[in-house]
Amino acid sequence: MSDQPGLQVALRQEAPIPLAAEFACTPGEVLALVGPSGSGKTTILRSIAGAYRPRHGAVAINGETWFCSDDNIHLPPHRRAVGMVFQNYALFPHMTALQNIMTAMERLPPGDREAEARHLLQMVHLDGLEERRPTALSGGQQQRVAVARALARKPQALLLDEPFSAVDKATRQRLYREIADLRRALNMPIVLVTHDLDEAIMLADRMAVLHHGRTLQTGTPEEVTTRPLSPEVARLVNLRNVFDGTIAGHRKEGGAVIHWAGLVLETAQDVRLPPGTAVCWVIPDGFVVLHRRDRPSRGEHENPVTGMVESMLSIGQAAMLTMRPHHDARLPLHFSVPLHVARRNGLAPGVEVTVSLLAEGLHLMPAE
Amino acid sequence: MDWTALIISLRLAVFTVLILLPIGIAAGRVLAYRNFPGKGVVEALVALPLVLPPTVFGYYLLVAFGAASPIGQVWQETFGHQLVFTFEGLLLASIIFNLPFAIQPMERGFEAIAPEIREAAACCGLTPWRALLKIELPLALPSILTAMVLSFAHTLGEFGIVLMVGGSIPGETRTIAIAIYDRVQAFDEAGAAQMSALLLAISLVTIALVFIFSRRGDRWPK
Repeated sequence: MSDQPGLQVALRQEAPIPLAAEFACTPGEVLALVGPSGSGKTTILRSIAGAYRPRHGAVAINGETWFCSDDNIHLPPHRRAVGMVFQNYALFPHMTALQNIMTAMERLPPGDREAEARHLLQMVHLDGLEERRPTALSGGQQQRVAVARALARKPQALLLDEPFSAVDKATRQRLYREIADLRRALNMPIVLVTHDLDEAIMLADRMAVLHHGRTLQTGTPEEVTTRPLSPEVARLVNLRNVFDGTIAGHRKEGGAVIHWAGLVLETAQDVRLPPGTAVCWVIPDGFVVLHRRDRPSRGEHENPVTGMVESMLSIGQAAMLTMRPHHDARLPLHFSVPLHVARRNGLAPGVEVTVSLLAEGLHLMPAE
Repeated sequence: MDWTALIISLRLAVFTVLILLPIGIAAGRVLAYRNFPGKGVVEALVALPLVLPPTVFGYYLLVAFGAASPIGQVWQETFGHQLVFTFEGLLLASIIFNLPFAIQPMERGFEAIAPEIREAAACCGLTPWRALLKIELPLALPSILTAMVLSFAHTLGEFGIVLMVGGSIPGETRTIAIAIYDRVQAFDEAGAAQMSALLLAISLVTIALVFIFSRRGDRWPK
């Protein structure tokens, strides 16, 4: 932790809230902390802001140390140039939108504050609502005031704690776009806490998956959602096709062969494990390809699995299917196809289907 | 109408409220925000004057302030006169028996401020002092005003403790509540009635103010 630009965080403690988190966020980058509720996301954010002091660890930004347990450094929040957007925005209820923002401008001479605050409100498209109290603002408007207030301090990092959880879906879509626009203008590390995986995938450059205060994996959304480091991560990022297997051997062209409940499957992944080693494997929905009944399709010969459709659920333009493979009906396989494909192929509960598990998507992990 | 007694009562009430204001804010904040060993004991001690019979409480204060006690001795050495049966002694007693009326409403007021609001103030760059002035005090203001009005009214009306610690020295410790009792003893019905009516009016105004402040407190949803 020295003179690197951006935010570096390493936190460790056993109790009262277990923490073992380590990540960095460079200027202009959006890092999402993702995990179920109670996974320590908010505690980590509060530790960065200085509202919580963990037992061990360090927080540094652009070469400046905010917290270092070894050197007994712990700056209070008002001395850390951090912008924080709270889950329920925590706007000051006795102040107007403009006053809320001006409160975060103690660094400026009093005469300059109002003009600057009006400018910030304009930036978040709230001009005209300067004199409104928080109770007279909608959820989306409150969120924008909270963002403007967080930026009013000219922070070195922006921390967002579930900033979209308190607004309706339509507003959320609009706010996503605004945050995406804003980050381009800001060029500071942005840490976004969310339990919503889709939100993280949409907004973040990288994500850190958290469970019980531990960062289990940090990587791009694509990495984390297709190549999870462990079955635990796989389940946390909503990958449902997680199974046990054993290494059977290796392919000449690279990649491994595994046994799965009597079936032999190939993967493109190169692993150097001796045959007989127990592994876990996962295949994201997108790599499960339906065999068309009328003509052969891509990857026909890759890891075919036949079974019976157990359930079909349409969500928007997609059909989410669960099939029970004939070789072992206790191992349900989940996949999705566009709704029109499901219709054309006459998919319905009780119908027999064959799918291919594409070798490039079949990902091996250590056994649990 | 015993104007001297009324003025002593008003002086006592004003000084009590002014001295209790910072004490109540400090103690109310600590009790609302912090957890420490023995917090329950402290809260029980603060509430004690609410349940203890005034004469009993007055008796212990009399003993504690008397010439034989450490407090009484230090006072005697510093100021050259005794503490009991003086206005200063009465004021000290008044501050102590008003602690629950000052601290408890303020504690509730600070408790009602969401922790995120206080964290937001710090994350806005406000030092603890600035956060107290700009965020906490304005939000707790209705509770603080309620506490002040309750302490004021309670001081005007207190009888038992005032009599025990202050005696009934005209021009020094005879308050209006004691003057009323004196008038009744002296069969001065008219004097007692006038002063009682005045205290009744003050009590009504007090209750009205408390209700107005607590409604103001509801303006900001928690």
